[in-house]
Amino acid sequence: MYRYDDFDRQLVQERTEQFREQVKRRLSGDITEEQFRPLRLMNGVYLQLHAYMLRVAVPYGTLRCDQLRELGGIARKYDKGYGHFTTRQNIQYNWPKLDEIPDALLDLANVEMHAIQTSGNCIRNTTTDQYAGAAADEIEDPRPYCELIRQWSTFHPEFTYLPRKFKIAVTGSPNDRAAVKVHDIGLRMHYNDAGETGFEVIVGGGLGRTPFVGKTVRDFIGKNDLFSYLEAILRVYNRFGRRDNKYKARIKILVHELGVEEVQRLVEEEWAQIKDGSLKVGDAEIARYIEQFAPPAFEALSDDDADFERHKSESRAFSNWVRSNVIEHKQPGYAIANVSLKPIGGIPGDATDTQMELVADLSEKYSFGDVRVTHEQNLVLPHVKKADLFAVWTALEGAGLGTANLGYVTDIIACPGLDYCALATARSIPLSQRISERFGDLDRQHDIGELKIKISGCINACGHHHVGHIGILGLDKRGKEFYQITLGGDASQDASIGKIVGAGFSEAEVVDAIESLVTKYIDIRDGGERFIDTYRRVGMDPFKEVLYGDR
Amino acid sequence: MSLQVVTANRLDDGLVVFLTADGGWSENINDARTADGKEAANALLAEASAPELDVVIVGPYLIDVEQQDSGLVPTKYREVLRTKGPSVRADLGYQAV
Repeated sequence: MYRYDDFDRQLVQERTEQFREQVKRRLSGDITEEQFRPLRLMNGVYLQLHAYMLRVAVPYGTLRCDQLRELGGIARKYDKGYGHFTTRQNIQYNWPKLDEIPDALLDLANVEMHAIQTSGNCIRNTTTDQYAGAAADEIEDPRPYCELIRQWSTFHPEFTYLPRKFKIAVTGSPNDRAAVKVHDIGLRMHYNDAGETGFEVIVGGGLGRTPFVGKTVRDFIGKNDLFSYLEAILRVYNRFGRRDNKYKARIKILVHELGVEEVQRLVEEEWAQIKDGSLKVGDAEIARYIEQFAPPAFEALSDDDADFERHKSESRAFSNWVRSNVIEHKQPGYAIANVSLKPIGGIPGDATDTQMELVADLSEKYSFGDVRVTHEQNLVLPHVKKADLFAVWTALEGAGLGTANLGYVTDIIACPGLDYCALATARSIPLSQRISERFGDLDRQHDIGELKIKISGCINACGHHHVGHIGILGLDKRGKEFYQITLGGDASQDASIGKIVGAGFSEAEVVDAIESLVTKYIDIRDGGERFIDTYRRVGMDPFKEVLYGDR
Repeated sequence: MSLQVVTANRLDDGLVVFLTADGGWSENINDARTADGKEAANALLAEASAPELDVVIVGPYLIDVEQQDSGLVPTKYREVLRTKGPSVRADLGYQAV
């Protein structure tokens, strides 16, 4: 895994000290809130409903065990004993005190972490496939490129005051687990005709109040040219992106208003000027970064492990967990173990200090000290020997982390909503809890199969409702919480934006409405169809009818 | 006329506070000074927005409240949550005390 060099270390330490001084000056009245606000936001400090919120970056969702352990320690020392993993693969603390945040940032810096690129109109923390370097279906580990993007984009002087925030996601696998088509830039690794690997460049995707699936501006960019090409896109956006209206300032609006051909023309024109400059990254340098993410020292194992098979046959609970939460690894004898942060009736994405420390310990013992955060708000132990899975599961189960529901109807994405967020118009978490309880029976979840429910507590769509197979958007209707349902969204390589099914539902009605939709799907599905497949085959009408009848 | 009080977040710890009768800030909405009518509300907000308070609180604003048997209760659910804490964590926020 990537380790800081002297440059990174100095940069993060200087930033931490600068922020300490800024906080001191704010508290003593030397600078006003108006002056301080942009400074705190550039350090991941928001003011939310009940208190400050500190958002800590987890670059490309990869953590070392010592880092996750420190995240648990920070939850205990500076917060109320828990943290919330987000759809940007980051972690948020909900109760830090402003005068203690500089100390928390120092503790983070000591384990090579920070809160840079988690707020403000800059290039945000790059996200990627949580199974990077482990997935059997991967072309190449995307993280060396993510790290190069991090280095290029961190404090990039030209792109610190963009029209609006800017999010880049990368997938190294044809099966997109990073939702790259709904990011400002999505990079999809693939082969060109010469058999070289490079990236399809997708621009202008996004969620929020105006959702779009991104459009391809270039089918293939070679790795050496990737960074100059990204720079060209950002320059075009920085120059032409709208600054007159916050709600029209993302690059998706520029792509929509100018058309992808015109954006492409502008980008290519800009790129022609800079492509042979300092951002052309040579093979030797790329190789250095690939080396940083070299596979751990896997043992040569048979893919079949007798003990693993025996445990599965002896324990139904373990076998159920393997069925949903364990994914095929590229290395024989190893597996990817998903740690669900969606206990039935629990708060999606929340983990306590001791749970974080336990997962850190398990990763140290069983997964080469490697942990991942997923954009679906779960954790991953990416490299576990099949022979160790039972021990891992037993430990997880003992800490309330063994829920066997990955990808099922109870594996819900939910933003913090009105329970925490100053922007929210309705609560998300209690609704996710009630849906989780309604569908908590595991046999029923197996019967329903893959079903992605995503809930946002306002139109900003942090809960990705637009790309939920069933999406739920919480609104405020004359002072009452009110929920709008969308169907047919998809964040994968087959990305699509869900469509509103009809009039919204009250808080009391919405769980029944979801159940009616699921029951209808079970009635009309063809063998093997997932909810999204059935929806695509039959369209909206049968689902509309079950919710509204003749209305 | 509707009753209003001024709320804000305290600068150092970020917690929710309300402007009190003596010009201080309390974590308990029942300590808040109420304003009845637009003029009184504007005067209350002007007091809370004094530059010298910038080192005490952040982002003061008016909220509608009702006088109920239990005390002052905000009319908007968002503000009710601010007086209590997250509805999903009864162990956190002012409701836990």
